[in-house]
Amino acid sequence: MSIRLTEAPFDPGALLTEFTKGRTETGAVATFTGIARAEAGATAILELEAYPGFTEAEIGRIADQARERFGLHDLAILHRVGRIAPGEPIVFVAAAAGHRRAAFEACDFLMDYLKSRAPFWKKEHGPDGERWIEPTAQDHADRERWG
Amino acid sequence: MARVLLFGPLRDLAGWRERRIAAASVAELRSVLAAEDADLGAALGGKGVQVAVDQAVVRGDVALSASSEVAFLPPMSGG
Repeated sequence: MSIRLTEAPFDPGALLTEFTKGRTETGAVATFTGIARAEAGATAILELEAYPGFTEAEIGRIADQARERFGLHDLAILHRVGRIAPGEPIVFVAAAAGHRRAAFEACDFLMDYLKSRAPFWKKEHGPDGERWIEPTAQDHADRERWG
Repeated sequence: MARVLLFGPLRDLAGWRERRIAAASVAELRSVLAAEDADLGAALGGKGVQVAVDQAVVRGDVALSASSEVAFLPPMSGG
């Protein structure tokens, strides 16, 4: 299991190649890649702040839940921090399982948590200045689907 | 001197991210900060602001040592 934060841009394809390598009993790997949106010019830069150590540990607790709940063989989460430009990948989640349903659902579950509860603070820099962003009602509703 | 960390909007409000402050407890730390900066003091007690001591979330008052790390965590944005 790998949970990492990075300030550097990353290549989701390379991460997937690395994650799938050498697996002979894993029938399914599902991945999710989130990409920073330009919001039609409203967001020039997204700034993401984490609490190093704490943020990885909190994500790790949810990752452990996901492993248990979906019977995963492995999972990987890489999250950008710092300044992120539109079009750049911001988060990569990969789940390995015996069969596809568990892998798909684990990615969905992990993203619903990451979008609403993970210890990040997010600021949008745009032409009208900067503003801190909080999760939307939809983000909270998405997470509540999992009980 | 506890190491005090502010995140997100709290950091912008205070104008600093990290300081060393002498305080024997979280409650005393709050008083010290509020006496210096009333707006920050109010914000630290605001809705949804959590406190972590040595990277574990705590509730209520907790004693601090010279090597404690205290973080004030405003409502999280998610990624």
